[in-house]
Amino acid sequence: MTQAMTAALEIRNLNKSFGALAVARDIALALPKGARHALIGPNGAGKTTLVNLITGVLRPSAGQILLDGQDITSLPQAARTRRGIARTFQINQLFRGLTVLENVYLAVAERMRVAHRLWRPAGAEREVIDQALAQLEALRLADDALKIVRELPYGRQRLVEIAIALAQHPRVLLLDEPAAGVPSSESHLILDVIGALDPDIAILIIEHDMDVVFRFAARITVLVAGAVLTEGSPQEIRADARVRAVYLGEEFPHG
Amino acid sequence: MAASDAIAAAVPASDARARAIAFLATRHRLRLWEALPWLIAVAAFFIFPDRMLFGSQVLVMVLFALSLDLILGFAGIVSLGHAAFFGVGAYTAALIMLHWNWQEPVSGLLAAAAAAAVAGAASGWLLLRYRGLTLLVLTLATTIMLQELGNLLRDFTGGYDGLPGLTYTPLLGRFDYDLFGHVYYLYVLAVLFVLFFVVRQIVHSPFGQTLAGIRENVARMHAVGSPVHARLLTVYTISAAIAGVAGALFTQTNTYVTLGVFDFDNSAGVMVMLILGGAGRLYGAFVGAVIYMVLQDNLSKASPQYWQFAVGLMLVLTVLFARRGLLGLIEDVARSLLPGRRP
Amino acid sequence: MLGMPRNVGSWGTIPPVENIVISILFEGLAYAMFLFIVSVGLSVTMGLMGFVNLAHGAFAMAGGYLVLTAMGDFGVPFFLALLLTFIVVGAVSVVFERLFYARLYKATELEQVLLTIGLAYMAIATYTYFYGPRPQTIHLPEYLTGQLGFAARTFPTYRVFVIAVGCALIAVLWYGFERTNLGARIRAAVDNRRMAQSIGINVDRLFTLTFAIGSGLAALGGGLAIEMFGLTPSFAVLYLVFFLLVVAVGGLGSLKGTLLAAILLGVCDTAGKYVYAGAGGFFIYAVAMLILLIRPAGLYGRE
Repeated sequence: MTQAMTAALEIRNLNKSFGALAVARDIALALPKGARHALIGPNGAGKTTLVNLITGVLRPSAGQILLDGQDITSLPQAARTRRGIARTFQINQLFRGLTVLENVYLAVAERMRVAHRLWRPAGAEREVIDQALAQLEALRLADDALKIVRELPYGRQRLVEIAIALAQHPRVLLLDEPAAGVPSSESHLILDVIGALDPDIAILIIEHDMDVVFRFAARITVLVAGAVLTEGSPQEIRADARVRAVYLGEEFPHG
Repeated sequence: MAASDAIAAAVPASDARARAIAFLATRHRLRLWEALPWLIAVAAFFIFPDRMLFGSQVLVMVLFALSLDLILGFAGIVSLGHAAFFGVGAYTAALIMLHWNWQEPVSGLLAAAAAAAVAGAASGWLLLRYRGLTLLVLTLATTIMLQELGNLLRDFTGGYDGLPGLTYTPLLGRFDYDLFGHVYYLYVLAVLFVLFFVVRQIVHSPFGQTLAGIRENVARMHAVGSPVHARLLTVYTISAAIAGVAGALFTQTNTYVTLGVFDFDNSAGVMVMLILGGAGRLYGAFVGAVIYMVLQDNLSKASPQYWQFAVGLMLVLTVLFARRGLLGLIEDVARSLLPGRRP
Repeated sequence: MLGMPRNVGSWGTIPPVENIVISILFEGLAYAMFLFIVSVGLSVTMGLMGFVNLAHGAFAMAGGYLVLTAMGDFGVPFFLALLLTFIVVGAVSVVFERLFYARLYKATELEQVLLTIGLAYMAIATYTYFYGPRPQTIHLPEYLTGQLGFAARTFPTYRVFVIAVGCALIAVLWYGFERTNLGARIRAAVDNRRMAQSIGINVDRLFTLTFAIGSGLAALGGGLAIEMFGLTPSFAVLYLVFFLLVVAVGGLGSLKGTLLAAILLGVCDTAGKYVYAGAGGFFIYAVAMLILLIRPAGLYGRE
């Protein structure tokens, strides 16, 4: 892929240490617009840490993060979101006591900059409600709109997690093990949704399921002990002996 | 007509969608039963005409508990020092009267609200970055420090002896205060009415929704781009202002204030009232404050120990058996009696 | 020499300023020992279970009354009464832990706060009913009263005793915490409860034991405090603020932190009251708030 235009998301020399413990070492990554990029690596490699660094949950010790060419390294989390980064969490972070509709409503209201309004009733924001419902319908969650989130099965909760991220109309979407914890009978729903995502969004997906990775990704980065081991196309990664060694001789399913 | 109305009308098969819209779109509408607390308050005026001084104090506490509901029930901020703002409001109302001869009560309320809002904004800006034990201790320490400050400046504030003998001009220029508190009661009721609907409006706004989001999952709110600190600061300031008005009303209806307004018992008491009635429900403040004040009035006459024991017992029982307060219990009972009701 | 005012050297050879500093440090240290003894249990149990226990002061108060009753009604000697209160209150606290606290480990912080305040209020009311609200005094054994001469000045014997007890307990606790198997398990569980559970540590039982020891120590501290501050039932809530300050400033679950915070706050409070008679109470809060604003998890806290 040629980099004729600015990457949607670029990470340069990203480092993070907690005292003597280095959790991110000289990480470099570039997501072009429309990227389908997977991040793989053994447990504890620092994949979620990287997502936390990108979204602003953690501050890097060194390095830069650029969104559409603009340096966002010193911006707090909420500001980065407003510039177009959305994420899902490895373990659902939902508003469990609220309805599904309210969950997505909040994301839409923030995006449309009406969430600060003190005086008009929330119900008067018809545009927000419409867009929230549209988002639910896109993920076939509309029938659950009035259900309290904690009463939904985990698989559907995971869909709500994704709905919230999509409701932010992100330019860059970070999915942290989207199918994790979802029973296999329901995981196809999630994978279908991911497959059908807007081609303009740059997507970075952390996954352990190699099936999903090879089906979805155009490029793969392998992260080990906080550093990038290698990056390449699925074929290159599959053929790389070091990657196999890292996974301790695990066979990639459907090799 | 909004797109949602058109859709709801034209596509009846999409029942779920229509119901969803209806749920959010009409939640803020006034229900019939909401007139009840106000009717009861007015009825009390006629049924207990000789208890109106006490009645005024009950309404003052309802307002105080309402202000706490905003931050505790809706935003989920656990503070052990809400009396700080009540106290700032109470002393503002007293001091402007004593030192500047500011005897007009309603504008005194505004001054108290402003002073308490400033205190709320300043302490909130500093403290709302923290949670858990740290926040509990910081809010507690802030209130104690204000009390100590008041004691230090006792020439100005009257110290623990307080400031007695405050006088105010007749309400709206016409209604003079009688010994039985009739004017006081209606005055406080009117203020409570206005501020209640302000709070109600805020709670049902998009801003109110974000408070619920912050309460439910702060991490998620950050991740959807919400400026959490700014939102919390806003609600904390508003809550402080309302608590300040309650304090000012306290001073005006007692014509007396002491540093006891900053006591931990005041912060704890208002919390008990709110939890007893049910936090996050607006009307919980009414139920809890009335029960608390009536019990206090009866029990502490018998013996202060009985009252303190009762408060402790109420807390323990509420937490163990009625976590969402009396209104929560009533709701649970109603739900089990009326199956098939929507959430 | 007996009979001379405390803050003047018995031979008048120490300059006044140094004398005041020594007095402040000494008084502050005695106060700090009291704060440490009571707060250490609270810090460790909060660090272990994250449980906000605002009834901790009530255990200290109850411990004080037990010492008084044992000595006054049953003629138990002071030292034995202290030991007795440690054991009895520690044991009784287990009943409360099993009955009430255990139900709320998964509850919200607010619920824990409310429950424990409720228990504290009930305790205060009960003790006021039986003992009355007036401050109680204690009849110490002769050898603990009066003054001790040391290095050209005198020190109140009882304060020396309190500091000595404090040091002894610090040594015992340090040893227990750092050198025994039990201590290692507690430290592991404070550090990472889930991990500790997964390697077979029974965290619930550990907590009950820690809770008992902590409450027992609180009772001991309450017994020691009678001579210094007097005892009323309101003690449970009045001093609670200070215990919470020490725990928050020190950092949850840290022995070192609790000690350092106790010394810091104890000395600052004493110094403040010596130097600014009217406004002295301020200092302990100002210092605590300052530290918390800079290090919200406390001096030795985590996160």
